[in-house]
Amino acid sequence: MVESDGVGSTTALDELPSEVQVLAPGRHGAQGMVDLDRRQFLDRLLVMGATGLAGALGGGYVLGSAGTAVAAPTTESRSKQKYRYGMVIDTRRCVGCKACMAACKIENKTPPGVYYTMVVEDTRDNEFDRPLFMTKPCFHCEHPPCTKVCPVSATFKREQDGIVVIDYDRCIGCRYCITACPYGARYFDFGENYEFTAKDGAWESVPSPEYGQYRMRVKGDSPIGNVRKCTFCLHLQDKDGKYSKDEGRWPACAKTCTGRAIHFGDFKDSESDVSRLLRERQAVRLKEELGTEPNVYYLL
Amino acid sequence: VEIWLKRLFWTGGTAFLAIGVLGWRDRLTNGQIHAGFGSVIPWGLWVAAYIFFIGLSAGSFLISALAYVFGMKRFESIGRIALFQALITLTLALLTTWVDIGHMGRALNVFAYPNFSSPMAWMIWLYTTYFVLLVVELWFLLRRDLVVGAKGTGFRAKFYSILSLGSHATSDESVVHDRKVVKALATIGVPVAIMFHGGVGALFGVVAARPGWNSGLFPILFLLSALASGGALLMLVSAIFQGGYHRNSETIVALGRLVLGLLVLDVIFQISEYLVAGYGNVPGHVEGLKMMFAGPYWWVFWVWQLVLGTAIPIAILATRKGRSARWASAAGGMIALGFIGVRLNIVIPALATEEIQGLTNAVDSSRISTQYFPSLMEWSVTLGIVGLGLLLFGLGEYLLPVDAEEVSHVSA
Repeated sequence: MVESDGVGSTTALDELPSEVQVLAPGRHGAQGMVDLDRRQFLDRLLVMGATGLAGALGGGYVLGSAGTAVAAPTTESRSKQKYRYGMVIDTRRCVGCKACMAACKIENKTPPGVYYTMVVEDTRDNEFDRPLFMTKPCFHCEHPPCTKVCPVSATFKREQDGIVVIDYDRCIGCRYCITACPYGARYFDFGENYEFTAKDGAWESVPSPEYGQYRMRVKGDSPIGNVRKCTFCLHLQDKDGKYSKDEGRWPACAKTCTGRAIHFGDFKDSESDVSRLLRERQAVRLKEELGTEPNVYYLL
Repeated sequence: VEIWLKRLFWTGGTAFLAIGVLGWRDRLTNGQIHAGFGSVIPWGLWVAAYIFFIGLSAGSFLISALAYVFGMKRFESIGRIALFQALITLTLALLTTWVDIGHMGRALNVFAYPNFSSPMAWMIWLYTTYFVLLVVELWFLLRRDLVVGAKGTGFRAKFYSILSLGSHATSDESVVHDRKVVKALATIGVPVAIMFHGGVGALFGVVAARPGWNSGLFPILFLLSALASGGALLMLVSAIFQGGYHRNSETIVALGRLVLGLLVLDVIFQISEYLVAGYGNVPGHVEGLKMMFAGPYWWVFWVWQLVLGTAIPIAILATRKGRSARWASAAGGMIALGFIGVRLNIVIPALATEEIQGLTNAVDSSRISTQYFPSLMEWSVTLGIVGLGLLLFGLGEYLLPVDAEEVSHVSA
């Protein structure tokens, strides 16, 4: 619905892809392009109208019936996004220790085969080059292709803070979203266990705090048989949806990062670390050509 | 020979179903823990089987429409069996998708919580429409024969009287009315079948994250391959059932010509897809193709799909051999089987590429791997579904008056 302007990588933070800004005609400013801009404006207006209508028809019903889901947005927050959480990951500070992966596992108690973040190593062509490590959580895209394909609207982007979540009780486990995610951020819970989380293991009866639901993971029941993904540890948010680094309520990977490579914060707050880093450094996002507009940036 | 083929059919069906029981028990008690797919290749044998079955269904329905919508008398004799085949293969397609989802008990969420932007949701809604349409159309097609059959004695008569749902009319006017309903339903069914099968192509085609799928050719390719595979299976089926290839020889040969044309068209589309992708040589796009041509399962493409499913049957159907119903029906069987390879190669290679380089090396997990071979449980479940299909088809063919000629014989 919102066009990607192609410059993507270093766009100003405050320039949220809100509909108003996208619709503003003549923002390219060039003389003689007014006509084109007006046409674009009308085109966009049409597109917006169509999607708005579809949203009103589809979304209203869907969200109306999502009342019981813990992850579902509340009515007042639907009208306005309060936060836009994201990360800026400094690959120059990452040493590839994988502490983020371990911290995430411990925090969310993810089973084998489910990794909310993953440290990948880029094998360099030149053996004298330093290796490039990259930790890769869910990017919580502005335009997530995964939520669009879900046949039952079980996965959606929260209005209040842009976090992409899964309603475990609604998800049928078709895995269409896994195919649609261009970043390998979604994993299916096949029901496997580590030795210490299996029956009679020390962690057997420790629930996962995910979504603040404290589910016991038992055979045949959610989240087994569901697709799972990074939630930016949203169970650590307070009532207002705020995180606090001082109180330790901070995504586990960012909190634990030994090289301080993972910066987390609110892109709507121009004074946040992540906003400042984007202003001061050159950042890239992965696969810009797909128009997904990830909320996780990398500094090279 | 028909007797021998029929015996093979019943033995095969029973054996497959027996094997399937083991797999289904594992699937229902242990979930998908024994499945071979993972989170890099999240779809495997079951999804391939699903598009195979749904293709057969759409194809055989559209061929029955040649008789009931377009009035092609030649195909009238196999119209009923085509429609019945469409119903059985649709059932199998629904079973394979159902077993594939992680929470089988939540399948109806697609109706309770619809998402209009999901091609998969649309598929399920269209299948439901199509299922109802097929059942109603088949009933109107068989109605008079059911009513007539119910007048006799014995088990079959009782069975027919239940199925006739209280209908009694046997007059010629009532049959004319039935035919009108059938024509109307078949006419509605044609766009529905095109929509849902083109839609399955779109289900894959819209996934921009998977360049191997993300092609505008996909919906068209799916329609062509549905028609070719559905028609091909129908050739084999009408050679075994309904009086076999002695009685249906002309229809089989005619169907053979139709299928040959569709298959050649399908091959041209596939070549077009490979050439355009290959020329561009964009890594994400050709990686899947390379795997298909030269990966560990190269033989699925070269031997199964190309030699057995395409080259040999084309050689049979395009030459004088194609005028013999026996050879033509064998070619039909080969094409239908070959399409299993086509379906596997649509689903798996496009998924078997890392979306982020290095992802599969980051952790040591069989679920995060570009290697996939269906597990024993997956094979067994699939065989069970095939077996069930064979038995359902055999029973229906035996019990229902789906044999149009035999019936017209009686009424004449």
